[in-house]
Amino acid sequence: MIEKLFALLLCNFAKLLTGVRPLWQGCAPERRLRVYFANHRSHGDFVVVWAALPPALRRHTRPVAGADYWLKGGFKTWLITRVFNAVLIDRRPQQHGPNPVEQMADALRTNDSLILFPEGTRNLGEDLLPFKSGIYHLAKSMPQVEFVPVWIENLGRVMPKGAMVPVPLLCTLTFGCPLTLQPDETKSEFLDRTRGALLELAPPAN
Amino acid sequence: MSPDQTLFNVFAAVFAALAVSSGIAVVLKWRLAPGASSAVIDNLNARINAWWWMVGVLAVAFWIGEGGIIVLFGLISFQALREYISLTHTRRGDHRALMWCFFFFLPVQYVLIASHWYGLFSILIPVYAFLLLPISATLGSDAERFLERAAKVQWGLMICVYCISHVPALLTLEIPGFEGRNAQLIIFLVLTVQSSDVFQYVWGKLFGKRKLAPAISPSKTLEGLVGGVLTSTALGAALFWMTPFNAWQAALVALTINIVGFFGGFVLSAIKRDRGVKDWGTLIEGHGGMLDRVDSISFSAPIFFHIVRYWWA
Repeated sequence: MIEKLFALLLCNFAKLLTGVRPLWQGCAPERRLRVYFANHRSHGDFVVVWAALPPALRRHTRPVAGADYWLKGGFKTWLITRVFNAVLIDRRPQQHGPNPVEQMADALRTNDSLILFPEGTRNLGEDLLPFKSGIYHLAKSMPQVEFVPVWIENLGRVMPKGAMVPVPLLCTLTFGCPLTLQPDETKSEFLDRTRGALLELAPPAN
Repeated sequence: MSPDQTLFNVFAAVFAALAVSSGIAVVLKWRLAPGASSAVIDNLNARINAWWWMVGVLAVAFWIGEGGIIVLFGLISFQALREYISLTHTRRGDHRALMWCFFFFLPVQYVLIASHWYGLFSILIPVYAFLLLPISATLGSDAERFLERAAKVQWGLMICVYCISHVPALLTLEIPGFEGRNAQLIIFLVLTVQSSDVFQYVWGKLFGKRKLAPAISPSKTLEGLVGGVLTSTALGAALFWMTPFNAWQAALVALTINIVGFFGGFVLSAIKRDRGVKDWGTLIEGHGGMLDRVDSISFSAPIFFHIVRYWWA
């Protein structure tokens, strides 16, 4: 109960602060099994993607987050596990630990969509870091899932890494065309294609 | 007529004019074949509906009084600055400077206007922000495109905060024989300049042929410009009774602020064109963003303020 209320509060706060505006350019907000993958510059990234989804979809969409950062106990852990119901993965998986790709696939098998940041970490520079291979392995084990690129514009400027106070800029989320893994596509081809599709949604650099 | 009575009558007249426009828009829509839709007419309807809201909000602010007007224009500045900075490219190192803009210079500018401190509100941004913002940006330790970034932030603050704050600053002027009526100067400025935008749109849509500068603003035409500016100059002259000006002075002042206002829209169009967008935002349906609506006001307000201050105050 308190978690739901807090989630609603946080969504509305994010919308108020960033005026977040979703542009469904390549697909409609439909209830399908999807992985929304986005560029990553701020801790608020998954909150705005989540807030931009219609409430009916939001209930069935879970962010994927790094366990090493979020599972340090206290408020952070409560927030990520109870409020956002995140899939927490180990970004440097050990032999004996749970397999991150399997964890994500399990979530998809229970009919929940995911929000994923395939750069693997927050990008402090411009454009986009190379993608980690997890997104390919996930596509390989769940080939029927749609991969939807989401370009988040400006949020990295609202609250850049290390900043304490957000600046109230307006954010835009552009949702692109869904991609699926082609039968004979290699890892590097798929990573290039998904990264290219995301970059295409970015506004012209200046 | 008491000042309150004057304001009441002016707003009543504006609402009546809106009612007439809404009537015309309904007739235009109705004359369209049933089921058919026209983008121009839908946009016209959206624009008129938005005008009802904008005039309504303005009326509430005027009814509250000086505090209401200052807060309203402070919020307008806030939204305009948000739209401006959202579309201009800054880097991580500018975060501190942007915080100063939003959380210090913007509110302090309006507090200074509320306290009628002309000596400081007229130099706060051109002097203090101009020098302090680049200092705080250097603390971000990022020299890439430094001059460009510093210029963009300063420009945004000048247009969206400094210039727009000169609308409520009209309340601080002490004009002999005009005591208690300064709000009417705001009405004169806003009505003249905004009606100029509307008349340019109407003249352009009806008679527009020769494009002025398609590279900067594809919709502006020579016919729209001349017809619009002259019509709203005539309107300004007809409003002389609510100002400290006589009729020909009112016409000259109106002509000046209309021309400056036109170029305000033109300059901000050039920035939009450069950033590859059509509108600054989506806040006001049919019009675009806040900055799309106040671009002409932001250029004409300081000029109008200083004309009145130099010759009448």
